[in-house]
Amino acid sequence: MDLLRFATAGSVDDGKSTLIGRLLLDSKAIFEDQLEAVEQTSMARGYDYTDLALLTDGLRSEREQGITIDVAYRYFATPRRKFIIADTPGHVQYTRNMVTGASTANLGLVLVDARQGLTEHSRRHAVILSLLRVPHLVLAVNKMDLVGYDEAVYEQIQADFQSFATKLTIPDLTVIPISALKGDNVVTRSTNMPWYEGPSLLHHLEHVHVASDRDLVDTRFPVQYVVRPKSDDFHDYRGYAGRVAGGVLKPGDEVLVLPSGFTTTIEAIDNFDQEVAEAFPPMSVTVRLADDLDVSRGDMICRPHNAPKPSQDIDAMVCWMGTAPLRPRQKLAIKHTTRAGRTMVKDVQYRLDVNTLHRDQETKELALNEIGRVQLRTTVPLLCDPYSKNRTTGSFVLIDEATGVTVGAGMILSAD
Amino acid sequence: MTAQTDYRLSQLDELEAESIHVFREVAAEFEKPVLMFSGGKDSICMMRLAEKAFYPAKIPFPVLQVDTGYDFAEVLETRDHWVDRLGVRLVVASVEKAIADGVVVDDGKTSRNRLQIGTLLNVLEQEGFTAAFGGGRRDEEKARAKERIYSHRDDFGQWDPKNQRPEVWSLYNGRIRQGEHMRVFPLSNWTELDIWHYIDREQIEIPSIYFAHRRRVFERDGMLLGESDNVTLKPGEAVTERTVRFRTVGDMTLTGCVESTASTTAEIIEEVAASRITERGATRGDDRFSEAAMEDRKREGYF
Repeated sequence: MDLLRFATAGSVDDGKSTLIGRLLLDSKAIFEDQLEAVEQTSMARGYDYTDLALLTDGLRSEREQGITIDVAYRYFATPRRKFIIADTPGHVQYTRNMVTGASTANLGLVLVDARQGLTEHSRRHAVILSLLRVPHLVLAVNKMDLVGYDEAVYEQIQADFQSFATKLTIPDLTVIPISALKGDNVVTRSTNMPWYEGPSLLHHLEHVHVASDRDLVDTRFPVQYVVRPKSDDFHDYRGYAGRVAGGVLKPGDEVLVLPSGFTTTIEAIDNFDQEVAEAFPPMSVTVRLADDLDVSRGDMICRPHNAPKPSQDIDAMVCWMGTAPLRPRQKLAIKHTTRAGRTMVKDVQYRLDVNTLHRDQETKELALNEIGRVQLRTTVPLLCDPYSKNRTTGSFVLIDEATGVTVGAGMILSAD
Repeated sequence: MTAQTDYRLSQLDELEAESIHVFREVAAEFEKPVLMFSGGKDSICMMRLAEKAFYPAKIPFPVLQVDTGYDFAEVLETRDHWVDRLGVRLVVASVEKAIADGVVVDDGKTSRNRLQIGTLLNVLEQEGFTAAFGGGRRDEEKARAKERIYSHRDDFGQWDPKNQRPEVWSLYNGRIRQGEHMRVFPLSNWTELDIWHYIDREQIEIPSIYFAHRRRVFERDGMLLGESDNVTLKPGEAVTERTVRFRTVGDMTLTGCVESTASTTAEIIEEVAASRITERGATRGDDRFSEAAMEDRKREGYF
């Protein structure tokens, strides 16, 4: 059994809660006491239906205001897979939350109401999933029951989306007609839409191939922690612990350590008390090197002829999450892989309108929840790759040095 | 683990890798971390993951237990085995002592569980811990479903759920100011079933009360509580002996057990998989007081 993380976004009316509720109910991930509590609250509020949004709206203020504030994580499993849903609200702080949910997702689920077709909201979600390079996208055309299960409606929405998607990077798109309320094509294939020959949503989620989304070619191992037991049994042990960000590491491999530039070979790879023959993403392992080099946290182990270029000039797409706008000359803390430093904003090249994809070059700042292309100069060289090549070595966060709050999420376009 | 040709990890291996990453990140970036150890299965799994994260070195931080004075003897015994085997320092913060010192006030109505909050915040401050690992999981409770892996606490140890830091990719922001601390939840993405599968796979030693045993119990508010010196029976409550096990481990006076004959981890997995009631809903009196009981305690600084 493996793991699939997927991100959804939506508002109350597009049926997202109903869909998630159904997936959870049908996979028995919702328990009787949870369902009872939700039924009681729904009744107390005078609803004539069970509001499954109450399952995920966990915070007091969310229940009081009837809105979802934050990303909620939900879990369910089938015999084939375990699923983690990052469920994000559609309106409040949508960019921040969608970016958060999409950043760890293998798959994005965009919901549209068959009666309305593509909306600003569904386009915006697709744009963010594309920017965050979520490799698989599912467009679920919901409420098919309300359009008489009409194939033409589905075909039109699919065509509209495909024409919009030509401007985006979506490696794998699947469009599924469903009715979350009636259960059509959610868990089992619907008999109401014989014209649809694809899988049900759950079948697709269970079978979508995610193993090849990881980069198994370009070796990247950011050193996270140096293990030095200094005990009698392991007196000379020196291991470099970290999580493989790319490629496959094997004992005997010739490796290059950045930024020092020394080369050596991998002596062994430890996973707790076992030596392993190979390490690949996203394994957490401890690497031992043949030579005694000065390697510390923030360094990167890679291959001599396949290494990221250390750079202090970073060109990136930044999603701004700070309440005060991002402006040129601003100084911030930056965290990239296991490396931390400071950075200055050199330029805000353009602001991207996530609804129209228009690039606004006039505004030289990014307000809260805006996304734009930004040039940065860092105090320490980052050992980075373009985000399109590696989501781990291509991403960073920006931190306000006074408050310590995370104010930006960045995706590297290029580094010089 | 042996060589894998298809380069895929099982869900347990992936969860383990993620948790180990979190442990190492905290150890690298925080001055004085501590692992909050309740003796329950989740905190024992944390111990196991921390053991793996730093092996062959010892876990580079102490473990902290808040002793309610109402803890199960079997739990303390398991705690001591773990602490001895791993050779880590154990810090015990006693609620009884906190009451005696006037750190918290026992008004006779407040549960020991709630008094743990003041006791915990006091010891974190006194010892100057900057990061505290907790065994909380997001599947446990809906307030927890929205909590970050790195959960920032202010000077007063408070959690501000509406003002959480965005957590993107696996780039954790460990910045804190003087007097603040971070709660860190390495098991955020594990479910109750994942924990049991992991205990089974790793052959992890957990307190015997998780397995079916004979116990003298009585019914209160629809829960089965164990007979003990710390609980006074109310009129109409009668003690009977039944075969039970605990699904969670907490304050003896509030933690209920369930009737069960599951005596191995495999049998427990079967039982948990078939269960239709959450572990907290079934057995935790402390979560039942209001719809937002957990959120309220968490805001104040609970685990």
